[in-house]
Amino acid sequence: MAERRVRVVVAKPGLDGHDRGAKIVARALRDAGFEVIYTGLHQTPEQIVATAVQEDADAIGLSVLSGAHNYLFKRVIELLRDKGADDVAVFGGGIIPPEDIAALKAIGVKELFGPGTSTQDIIRFVREHIRAAV
Amino acid sequence: MNRSERWERETYGPFVGKSPERRTRYETLSGIPVKPLYTPDDVAAKSYDDAIGYPGEYPYTRGVYPSMYRGRLWTMRMFAGFGRPEDTNARFKYLLAQGQTGLSTAFDMPALMGYDADHPRARGEVGKEGVSISTLDDFERLFDGIPLGDVTTSMTINCTASVALAMYLAIAEKQGVAWHRLGGTMQNDMLKEFIAQKEWICPPDPAMRIVVDMIEFTAKHVPKFNPVSISGYHIREAGSTGVQELAFTLADGLAYVDAAVARGLDVDSFAPRLSFFFDIHNDFFEEIAKLRAARRMWARFMKERFGAQRAESMLLRTHTQTAGVSATAQQPLNNVARIALQAMAAVLGGAQSLHTNSYDETWALPTEDAVTVALRTQQIIAEETGAPLTIDPLGGSYYLEKLTDEVEARAMEYIQRIDAMGGMIRAIDDGYPQKEIADAAYRYQLLDDRGEKVTVGVNKYVMPDEKGIHYLRIDDSVELDQIAGVARFKASRDTAKVERRLKQLADDCRNGRNLMPILIDAVKDYVSLGEISDVYRQVFGLYREPIIF
Repeated sequence: MAERRVRVVVAKPGLDGHDRGAKIVARALRDAGFEVIYTGLHQTPEQIVATAVQEDADAIGLSVLSGAHNYLFKRVIELLRDKGADDVAVFGGGIIPPEDIAALKAIGVKELFGPGTSTQDIIRFVREHIRAAV
Repeated sequence: MNRSERWERETYGPFVGKSPERRTRYETLSGIPVKPLYTPDDVAAKSYDDAIGYPGEYPYTRGVYPSMYRGRLWTMRMFAGFGRPEDTNARFKYLLAQGQTGLSTAFDMPALMGYDADHPRARGEVGKEGVSISTLDDFERLFDGIPLGDVTTSMTINCTASVALAMYLAIAEKQGVAWHRLGGTMQNDMLKEFIAQKEWICPPDPAMRIVVDMIEFTAKHVPKFNPVSISGYHIREAGSTGVQELAFTLADGLAYVDAAVARGLDVDSFAPRLSFFFDIHNDFFEEIAKLRAARRMWARFMKERFGAQRAESMLLRTHTQTAGVSATAQQPLNNVARIALQAMAAVLGGAQSLHTNSYDETWALPTEDAVTVALRTQQIIAEETGAPLTIDPLGGSYYLEKLTDEVEARAMEYIQRIDAMGGMIRAIDDGYPQKEIADAAYRYQLLDDRGEKVTVGVNKYVMPDEKGIHYLRIDDSVELDQIAGVARFKASRDTAKVERRLKQLADDCRNGRNLMPILIDAVKDYVSLGEISDVYRQVFGLYREPIIF
């Protein structure tokens, strides 16, 4: 049986409406052959985790440009753990200062991409680090 | 064969045959092909008086005022807002002390989306991307000690703009400043929210009704206030080209005029107070051309499509802002140079007002030092460069005039397509501008990824080990403070009065009465922004976006 394609939920948590980056990443991942579910805007961490569980996602990519990243990433990771879904990898991007990047990686965020990142780098990351659940 | 064809054949052609150009094709950021040379042949067909004309005269290509910056410089208006109201109040006072001439308020995401600081959906966002506002008490502290009769204030707020306007009018009353003396601008451009900035409560039709309520109310009672700033900025930042930005912005403007006229308002009673807001990106000449084309197109629309009689109704007065999206996190000091060049384009384009971004904004909200450099950049252009000495100094440049025509023609094609769809609201329902922007953003990203478009410091001239910069941090204590303060404040209100106001607001939402009077009464009784937004949510329903990527 052919291996299932890697499935990624790209999500915009919180109230932030800046969706340019999220949409570009969603499209680039889709064009690279991954299965992508884009949640749309203004999602609560609860909604995002519910989508990931329901869609049996392998990873969640969060995009935050509003400065609320510390709260929102942490909450998503907590909720995944509560649901027993902590095998779902969390990565993200946005306007995230370096010291917050270190702190977010310490709580389990796999990778964070800042401004100027090539979509190729994100595709490479997903290809190398995310495996489809069997 | 005209003169430039002769040059191409005899001089240019043989030369590039031996010594090829760096690229086989040159084009603007909007994809308009750029020729090696522009000459009188490119502008020969048009009549100077009809198409270009004179400053302060129809069709205003060269500027909306007869003396432009010789009489009065553009307004240097730095967008500011973070943390508690008193934090932003201190930044306002600092900026005014540094010679800034107008205020511009950034609200936090909860305020922009209609949630009070103490709402669960506000968690993590309070005071982060702008100032936190829940009740009139916050607004009073935001403008404490600022004479509202003497400064003009711009507020970047949209689906909750009606609440912010009510609060501003209420505190003006408390300061003893008559409404007719108040100058300022509400962004209040809901159409571009659905298209680009994506902060909304209810669907387009009720959202438009609230916008028109504000246009109607200010035309009667706050005559110097701009009730809408028709904004291309966010459309561009979301990824559109300059041509799309121009087209979608003007199409939004046409939709507002249509809606206000449908309400029964005389076009000349409100059109003079419609203002605009454009992005100024990296393509220096295309951006100048865009502003010139915008003025000419709007003047013609107002005169020919709407039959405006007053000259003021035809003026496209615009705020501008350097392109946030062009700033890089890599080698951030390079942004100072980008911002200066973009600011120069805004001035050469004849803007009425300008915000220069700070070089550190790809890291966080700007520090005071970074904001100061950004403001000084404008002051250097104004005081040292000579750019403001004569009006539209690049007017008559063969290239710029041709490019102005090209930008106009291409924008007009988009507007005709939107007209054919039944106007901008229907186009938004179809996801048309959203799709166009997403496609353009993706194309731009791929060019960048492949290095076909150079971004200095990112895909060329890269430095491997960069030093970090000092940036602003908003302490989490701000959120806790605001939540506690708002909860305490709400507990101290006369709840019976609050309930009465909310009920009347819901009634007026349903019965179609202009909402501004009840909103002003409500905020004076300290009904909160979130409570008012809850009524909007209940009565008008929530907007659900089409998922397009």
